[in-house]
Amino acid sequence: MNQLGFPILSLVMFFPVFGALILMMIDKESKDVLRGTAVAFTVIEFFISLPLVVYFNDATHQMQFVELIPWIKSFGINYHLGIDGISLWIVMLTTFLTPICVLCSWTYIQKHVKEYMVCLLILETAMLGALLALDLILFYVFWELMLIPMYMLIGVWGGVQRIYAAVKFFIFTAAGSVFMLLAILFLYYYNHKVTGIYTFNILELYNLDVPVSVQFWLCLAFFVSFAIKVPMFPLHTWLPDAHVQAPTAGSVILAGVLLKMGTYGFLRFAMPLFPYATHQFIPVFGTLAVIGIVYGALVAMVQPDMKKLVAYSSVSHLGYVMIGLFALNMQGIEGAIYQMLNHGISTGALFLIVGMLYERRHTRMIKDFGGVAKVMPVFATFFMIATLSSVAVPGTNGFVGEIMILVGAFRSFPVFAIIAASGAILGAVYMLWMYQRVMFCPLDNPENQKLKDLNVREIVTLLPLAVLVFVMGFFPGLFLRKMDASVSYFLNDFNTRYEHYVQQYEGNLGSKVAAVMSAEAAGGSVVE
Amino acid sequence: MLEFVVPALNVKAILPQAILALTALTVLLVDVFSSQGKKSSSLGYLVVIGVVAAMISTLMINGARESAYSGMVMVDGFSSFITLIVCVVTLLTVLSTINYQQFFEELNCGEYYCLLLFAAVGMSFMGSASNLLMLFLALETMSISIYVLAGFKWHDRKSIESALKYFLLGAFASGFLLFGFALIFGTTGTMDLVKISAFLTAHPEMIHSRMLMGGVALVTVGFGFKVAMFPFHMWTPDVYEGAPTSVTGFMATGVKAAAFAALVRVFFVALGHVQADWTGIMWLLAFLTMTIGNVVALSQTNIKRMLAYSSIAHAGYLLVGFVAGSKQGQAGILFYLMSYAFTNLGAFGVIALLGKKGGEYTELQDFAGLGFKYPLMGLAMGIFMFSMAGIPPMAGFMGKFYLFSSAMKAGFVWLAIFGVINSVISLYYYLRVVVVMYFQEAEQSISMPKPSPAVVVGLVLAAIGVMQMGIFPSYIWDMAQQSVQSMLM
Repeated sequence: MNQLGFPILSLVMFFPVFGALILMMIDKESKDVLRGTAVAFTVIEFFISLPLVVYFNDATHQMQFVELIPWIKSFGINYHLGIDGISLWIVMLTTFLTPICVLCSWTYIQKHVKEYMVCLLILETAMLGALLALDLILFYVFWELMLIPMYMLIGVWGGVQRIYAAVKFFIFTAAGSVFMLLAILFLYYYNHKVTGIYTFNILELYNLDVPVSVQFWLCLAFFVSFAIKVPMFPLHTWLPDAHVQAPTAGSVILAGVLLKMGTYGFLRFAMPLFPYATHQFIPVFGTLAVIGIVYGALVAMVQPDMKKLVAYSSVSHLGYVMIGLFALNMQGIEGAIYQMLNHGISTGALFLIVGMLYERRHTRMIKDFGGVAKVMPVFATFFMIATLSSVAVPGTNGFVGEIMILVGAFRSFPVFAIIAASGAILGAVYMLWMYQRVMFCPLDNPENQKLKDLNVREIVTLLPLAVLVFVMGFFPGLFLRKMDASVSYFLNDFNTRYEHYVQQYEGNLGSKVAAVMSAEAAGGSVVE
Repeated sequence: MLEFVVPALNVKAILPQAILALTALTVLLVDVFSSQGKKSSSLGYLVVIGVVAAMISTLMINGARESAYSGMVMVDGFSSFITLIVCVVTLLTVLSTINYQQFFEELNCGEYYCLLLFAAVGMSFMGSASNLLMLFLALETMSISIYVLAGFKWHDRKSIESALKYFLLGAFASGFLLFGFALIFGTTGTMDLVKISAFLTAHPEMIHSRMLMGGVALVTVGFGFKVAMFPFHMWTPDVYEGAPTSVTGFMATGVKAAAFAALVRVFFVALGHVQADWTGIMWLLAFLTMTIGNVVALSQTNIKRMLAYSSIAHAGYLLVGFVAGSKQGQAGILFYLMSYAFTNLGAFGVIALLGKKGGEYTELQDFAGLGFKYPLMGLAMGIFMFSMAGIPPMAGFMGKFYLFSSAMKAGFVWLAIFGVINSVISLYYYLRVVVVMYFQEAEQSISMPKPSPAVVVGLVLAAIGVMQMGIFPSYIWDMAQQSVQSMLM
């Protein structure tokens, strides 16, 4: 079973759905009861997931808390869950952000509260399932299941253009993932051909030797699917639409967790399964990531709409994560995982903040604000913390992640790292400029003079995030220590298998060349 | 002195069909002698009892393998599975009809249920026929009943149009089929499926004879018409739109299941030798069928027409399993037919909930805002739509998973790629139903008349079936695999 002797991962995974079922039984008119129940369930869920951190053994790279039950026997599909240093913190981020999402929707969502909360809880289960699954089909099921509640969140409770945004989001992500499904199937049958075993267990599939020519296509299928989710330039076009139209909580979940599914997918599936092809793709995807960093930052700079600005900043920040992953060294990958968490926290906070302003003024245009800091001092403080974290000022979490990524990237590809660093400067420009225009300019609009400062519920919503910004900024070791074993094992394993492929492939190539040379030397013609 | 031997009556071999036929006759009698008038729903419940009995008898004889009635009927796992699908289809159709009666003034319960049951008898015999003649008789029993059912709203011009189109084209298709059978008989000298295969094994030079090729081509046309395969799909949208909604679902699922069963029987049992030559053409037809179905469905505004084109697309997906040609592909076809039966009948059941005296609401816009107004109905429709689009954890995903993986395994990677591309195209129009139901406000308030408990039970069954086959597919999947394994060859 596992070190607890108790199926804790299943409990963590299905508890939200249990909550959703309870919510379905509550009368839809008693809205406060619904909200309270949803908060209770998500908070309890967070506490249920805490033992994962407490009992996590950081000395081993092995999967922990493993559960393995046959699911579809005839296909060798198992209900196989496990957690390691790579997924641990993302799981925690998910359970941490969901109660915050419920809290921030307390007054924002007025119609169909019941369905809204049910969607959020089902979404939480789907996200956790995708993070915990070690069986490719199980992963794929949750990966696609995530789309339905998110689609509903955007489509029902979103803005004016919500239908367009929701459908675009759904079709974009689904279009990428179906090719991943085919790649998974191909891998499955190829594995059976080589080893005689039918399995979708990734831990076993890691050791499969995939011929280089095939590997290229399989890797492309996985890469494109995850790159849409991340999203990497030029596949990011669904993101601004989805973010701007989604309700606040939808944006927080989307930025905080859903985008991390893409980067997590790279790290857990695409890269370790296809080391050789990953290496081949580095120039292409590295370039795209760098373009994403700079492009996202430049486009964010000129956005008149705050939410769009934060959305484009996500494109930029996720570019960093990708650069860190492709650096393929300890600092790069750990920095990337750290940056995934940071982005969830700081961008989540920024979306909450924009949402709070929108609730008060029903506009998100930067030009409609100015001097808000005078009337909302508490709000201004939180906004500042989130902004600085997003800009990566030393002492905040963003700094740790960004510096690790840049150090790692510099070791692997200096040119990319230098361009990426310029993105950091652009990041400071657009974030601080927005802060200045919203919070400091003269308070000339009478509408803004009447703004009320944050109430207790909103402070409770933002406070955990603000605290985490500094905790993660000052004590990164707390978090990084749990990742070390898994990441270093990942790298060793990756490099060993890459070397093996290189020897195999280029050794073949070498022998072929040698054969041609000797044949030519002998004056014979070469017949293939 | 000629001795005339009466063949032993092997009731076990045809028990489910016998129960269905007996129920049909009972319904007719009760209808004639009942004083309750033509509109009672008690007849419907009588049919439900009959169908459930047939289902139980099917499950009881499941696994028995025998050839009965001098080789006219084959009883094996495959035929049992098809009979089971037909029973599910009939049951859900009847449950939906019990509610649909209130908008369906011309409904003459006795005749309607009787025809429905006779069509079901024909369908299940198509799964167990082991002789071309028997197959043809079963097909005609099914088809003629359905021609009448399609035109059951004789005050409605669309319904008449539907019946007429279906009848004319169907008669043509039957003619093609019969001519194909004749040519196969001419080549091999036998009508028995197993003997045809034996003859071709003994005379491999006949496999490429023009007569047999012509026969196979004509048979393909005949069955292609029934399953709505490109280029024989033209009738589908008009017929599906015009027929009473309770019948449309029955046609879309039952006929497809029966015709695919016959297709698998004829091609894999009798014409296994022709398989290699035929795969290329079937590959192309599968590709065209799903693509045309999906692309045209994109522009439909009437939900029944949209589902008609979607059913063409689903025929294309099913043909993928046919092309794969393996046991796994055939099991995939069976699994998909079952999941499609639940999904599609559920969807038509939801459409049939909305109606007014003498009319229906079938425009997509009529559904605006109903998702929140009637949460359970919206939830059910959402489940069915996502299932058809192949999103996990619904049955449609597992069905596609089995079909496409069997194609991958057989080496038809491109067909699987086109298949998933088609799934993505289809997302757009399936999602549109969800969009209309949940994301749009109701324009004019259409209210749903109070549904009868029967239809609620039916829709809940369908939704549970879809979820069950999506989350725990093993049970049905293993059953489908055993069915294919135990097919009499």
